[in-house]
Amino acid sequence: MADRSVHVAMKNITKTFGSVIATDHMNLEVEKGEIHALLGENGAGKSTLMNMLSGIYIPDSGQIFIDGRETRVTSPRDALKAGVGMIHQHFKLVEVLTSLENILLGYKTGLFVKKKDQKVKLQRLMERFQLDVDLDRYVYDMSVGEKQTLEILKTLYRGARILILDEPTAVLTPQETLKLFKIMRRMKEQDCSVIFISHKMNEVMEIADRITVLRKGQTIATLKKESTNPQELTELMVGRPVDLSIKRVPRVSDKVVFQVKHLTAENEEKVEVLKDISFNMVQGEILGVAGIAGSGQKELCEALAGLYPIKKGEILFKGEDLAGKSPKEFITRGISMSFIPEDRLGMGLVANMDMVDNILLKQYHHSKGIGVKRKPAAAKAREIIKKLEIHTPGIREPIKNLSGGNIQKVLLGRELDSHPELLITAYPVRGLDINTCLKIYDILNEEKKKGVAILYIAEDLDSLLGLCDRIMVISNGEITGIVDARQATKEQLGLMMLGNKEVDHAV
Amino acid sequence: MITIAFFKAAIIAGTPLLFATLGEIITEKSGHLNLGVEGMMLMGAIIGFQVGYSTNSPLLALLFAAIAGAFGALIYAFLTVSLRANQVVSGLALTIFGTGFAGFVGKSLVGMKMTDEFNYFFRDLKIPGLGDIPYLGEILFNHDIFVYLGYVTAIILGLYLYNTGKGLNLRAIGENPAAADAASIPITKYKYLHILLGGALCGLGGAYLSLAYVPVWQENITAGRGWIAVALVIFAGWNPYKAIIGAFLFGGLDIIGFRLQGTAIAISQYVFDMAPYVATIVILVIVSFRKSKKNAPPKALSEPYFREER
Repeated sequence: MADRSVHVAMKNITKTFGSVIATDHMNLEVEKGEIHALLGENGAGKSTLMNMLSGIYIPDSGQIFIDGRETRVTSPRDALKAGVGMIHQHFKLVEVLTSLENILLGYKTGLFVKKKDQKVKLQRLMERFQLDVDLDRYVYDMSVGEKQTLEILKTLYRGARILILDEPTAVLTPQETLKLFKIMRRMKEQDCSVIFISHKMNEVMEIADRITVLRKGQTIATLKKESTNPQELTELMVGRPVDLSIKRVPRVSDKVVFQVKHLTAENEEKVEVLKDISFNMVQGEILGVAGIAGSGQKELCEALAGLYPIKKGEILFKGEDLAGKSPKEFITRGISMSFIPEDRLGMGLVANMDMVDNILLKQYHHSKGIGVKRKPAAAKAREIIKKLEIHTPGIREPIKNLSGGNIQKVLLGRELDSHPELLITAYPVRGLDINTCLKIYDILNEEKKKGVAILYIAEDLDSLLGLCDRIMVISNGEITGIVDARQATKEQLGLMMLGNKEVDHAV
Repeated sequence: MITIAFFKAAIIAGTPLLFATLGEIITEKSGHLNLGVEGMMLMGAIIGFQVGYSTNSPLLALLFAAIAGAFGALIYAFLTVSLRANQVVSGLALTIFGTGFAGFVGKSLVGMKMTDEFNYFFRDLKIPGLGDIPYLGEILFNHDIFVYLGYVTAIILGLYLYNTGKGLNLRAIGENPAAADAASIPITKYKYLHILLGGALCGLGGAYLSLAYVPVWQENITAGRGWIAVALVIFAGWNPYKAIIGAFLFGGLDIIGFRLQGTAIAISQYVFDMAPYVATIVILVIVSFRKSKKNAPPKALSEPYFREER
């Protein structure tokens, strides 16, 4: 690794959107064959900068050098010609086409597509980068991880030698993430450069060679991984000292408020999605739920909020069996559920409505008369904004115009506003930067102190281990064990997530 | 034999449906739901008839019918591709416009007939070999040139969609325009071309009614066939090959009442007249239960595409 040439250099890049300066004289240098991480909070300008390198935006001023030559990149096609390819968070794949067809899309071929020749070429490319893609499979049959690998193959096939990955791990399971890292290392060996956009500290520390920290549209520093640590990076990223540790508030009571007994549910195809689920929850406890995506988390959430039909089993809330009752009765008894789906807006909030109307959605049936009363709801909206530090132009702004983190705070704020005794929250920190995550953990701990029992469903094992009292692991709709979060290890949880019933550490 | 005659007539009655259905399939594959099929058919029907009546040239008549349909589609394409107007409303407006247009132009032509010389162009031509197959030969391969054109068009469109790079690009646009854009496919150009092609096919479908099927000009000559074609697209699962089966099936339903007249079965003519429309509803209900990604509509159907801008 002696002589390293500069692969990409971006100098003094400025880009404004209206009056907002997205990137302010930013600089970036990526060496050939390195994995370079771009670290920054939401809105720091990471994606904007990379969109300029990949030709989606055109910078107002500044220069881009690729392989030492100044290059003007005005379209994704230009970028690819210069060897730059970007994998976006939202995959640009056509679901009803096969892998091969997606790769060949827009490619200059003769009148009829010669699939065989292309396949041979692709096979060679896959061997070189050790990618594993089934070329004849339809995209709709693929998992998120497989789709991502396909995107990488597609981009490489079109000649990219500098690959930009925009928060690639946000939608992946831990296992898929490991696979992706393997691919990234392989690309590095093949002298490709990888730019990795992320705000997940542990991933950056694991995979990156060098790290450039961005904050509020400015380049703060470029550091070698060996010479820095998560604490320093976080401070550079946030701009002030931050306590990274997640606080665990001690439990106050032992009173059982919520019991689930032998809960079983089937989906439309008569497949059991929840198998004999039994657990109980104590006042003021955070019970974490860990599991590989699609192990029944969504069904469990919905079943416990009365939204998913239950085949058999009991849901005892303060001694009363709620199985088979309507969702409204769950709410009136003090059970609240918030689910942050992968696309954030899918459940719980109406994107085109403003905060006030979204609050009213859950409240109007308490008010008397025909008309809805907006005033009290507006007051509540202001209160939530203040309490949770939500950044929004105003309470009448349609929810969809808010950033992801703020949308999640609105959702959580509304659920907390009904003063629940049991709060079910799934993926509340999905896609959020560290600072906002910590804020949300604080909010949950506040509720815990008040004696609210919280069912916390998450993907990130670190946050589960740090925040929860106990962790319940599910695999394939089945509980593989409930462990004490203070004693559990990541490896143990990982094994249980894969379906191994735990042996010791039972609580 | 009565049944062979019936099946043969079903093919003839299904041909205008086949053209309109193929036209709508190619339009919808580009992500545009054009409910103006009925209007474009009527425009093709009247312009084809007018030109044929004035020039006595079947080829010119067909050419102008296709141009008329494409012209209707051009209005629609400008509204929905360039201006990103609501596709449903634009399509309905086109149907209303086409109906009015045909009524206006055709006012002085009502009841007019083509010359025998003109009609000779649409005589039955038996295909050597294939036409000699017992039963099937008579049903399928002893028709006028337009029916054969229908078969050929369907097969060419099928090959185009599923076996060529251009067809692949078109399907991608209808499914996920953002992905197509990222693959640097010229989306607007593809959309315009295929909407216009779709309109031309609808125009030809209409012209077959006025030039060969009836062939006398009458007010509202399409009688809702454009709407059946829209439903047939769903029935065919957006597949040109399956459209052949669907169109001829509905062609059969279209004529069943007429064929049963004077037979021993005493059911009102009006009940049979309803048949194709009732069948349309029934088929739509059945199809909505069929959950398969391959038979699903193009995902971006009737969604205007904006390139992501901040």
